[in-house]
Amino acid sequence: MRVFTAAFAIASGLIVLLGYFFPILLLSRLRLILTDWAIVIAGFSVLIGIFNLIAVQMERIRTRQKGSAYGALLVISLIFTFGIGLLLGPDDAFMKLAVDAIIVPVEAALMAILSITLIYASIRLLRRRVDLTTVLFLLVAVLFLLAIMPTPFGPIPGDQFILDIAGMFSRGGARGLLIGIALGTLLTGLRVLFGIDRPYGGN
Amino acid sequence: MIALGILILAAVLLLVLTLWRRRSPATLRHIEAYERLNREVGLAVENGTRLHISLGRGNLFTSRGGSALAGLSLVRRVAERTSVSDRPPIITSGDAALTILSQDTAQSGFRAAGAEEQFRVSAERMTGLSPFSYAAGTMPITRDENVSANILIGDLGAESALLTEVADREDTSLIAASDNLSAQSIFYASAQEPLIGEELFAAGAYVGAGASHEASLQVQDVLRWLVILAILGGALLKMAGFNF
Repeated sequence: MRVFTAAFAIASGLIVLLGYFFPILLLSRLRLILTDWAIVIAGFSVLIGIFNLIAVQMERIRTRQKGSAYGALLVISLIFTFGIGLLLGPDDAFMKLAVDAIIVPVEAALMAILSITLIYASIRLLRRRVDLTTVLFLLVAVLFLLAIMPTPFGPIPGDQFILDIAGMFSRGGARGLLIGIALGTLLTGLRVLFGIDRPYGGN
Repeated sequence: MIALGILILAAVLLLVLTLWRRRSPATLRHIEAYERLNREVGLAVENGTRLHISLGRGNLFTSRGGSALAGLSLVRRVAERTSVSDRPPIITSGDAALTILSQDTAQSGFRAAGAEEQFRVSAERMTGLSPFSYAAGTMPITRDENVSANILIGDLGAESALLTEVADREDTSLIAASDNLSAQSIFYASAQEPLIGEELFAAGAYVGAGASHEASLQVQDVLRWLVILAILGGALLKMAGFNF
């Protein structure tokens, strides 16, 4: 079974990759079929993931772990919303209310906490690590904020100069990081394609 | 055709260097975060605490899947090394397919160590599907599950600041790497030893995942030099008046 899953995964990966590079009709059709299968599997995996979420919370409730009341609330809300969604459809006013009145405000609140967390982290940075790059990191962040923030007197003098100079270095650095990540992703993909890494069906 | 050429070159180099590295293992440069990771794995087993590995929200059907797969390599090795502990690591993710793969990978690790009975399917969890719900679902784990070290590795965004904050508040170790630039800047500000850029993909090599991972690092170095030469060559040609 393990050999079959590996052979199927490698063959599927190679067909999709070759279909991308060579415009042969058979390869293109196979590529589309395999991509469709992948989309269907991804849809089912969401259901399995939600089942996993419920199972973990139910275990917490059963073993009366800390915070299990929140787990119960989550499971009840999930089943209730899922049931209503199935009955009334996702476009129903009640479903929109559930999103607009609960999910959006909660996520907005977390976003607000996030901004405070980031300020706190930047304050602690100098306590954690004092070196040239840390000072440079904070200096550039402050300069950028000064250059882009609105003030009652309009933009600060030299804002465009700061954005141009600091932006030039930060864009270059970001591209360098992204090139490195792209190379890492390429090699990771190749290892999976060759069956060296097999995060499926056992290894 | 250039893309296909790079792909073939990378594939050939990977295969050749993997065979070579099987005979003579590479000497890797010192990365403090991975040294700490190896220490934390040992300490968690000795102290009876847990490790928490957060794989992020890397969807395997997008280009973000690469970082998730790198995280899975780490999961495999950590599961194998912590199999003697009665507290298996908790692995969280914000993508359903990734959760299923993390279960499969962790089970493989336990099986390889001859301790499959230690595997608990409830230790691999999907904690939320949107960025903030994922963060909100993951935060209590550090607080409530006797976690001694948090390893954030994968596609995480700005919401990772909430995870680093809870790790700091609970006084647990934090090892963090992401393919996302926002998350990298957050980790730089909040992790003890941040991993920057492609260091994320070196995780497997540093936890002893095998010759192929060491070979991958070497191929990345070769390709990086080719990219540098291409950029410099392109700039010189542009300066010389060639338009392309």
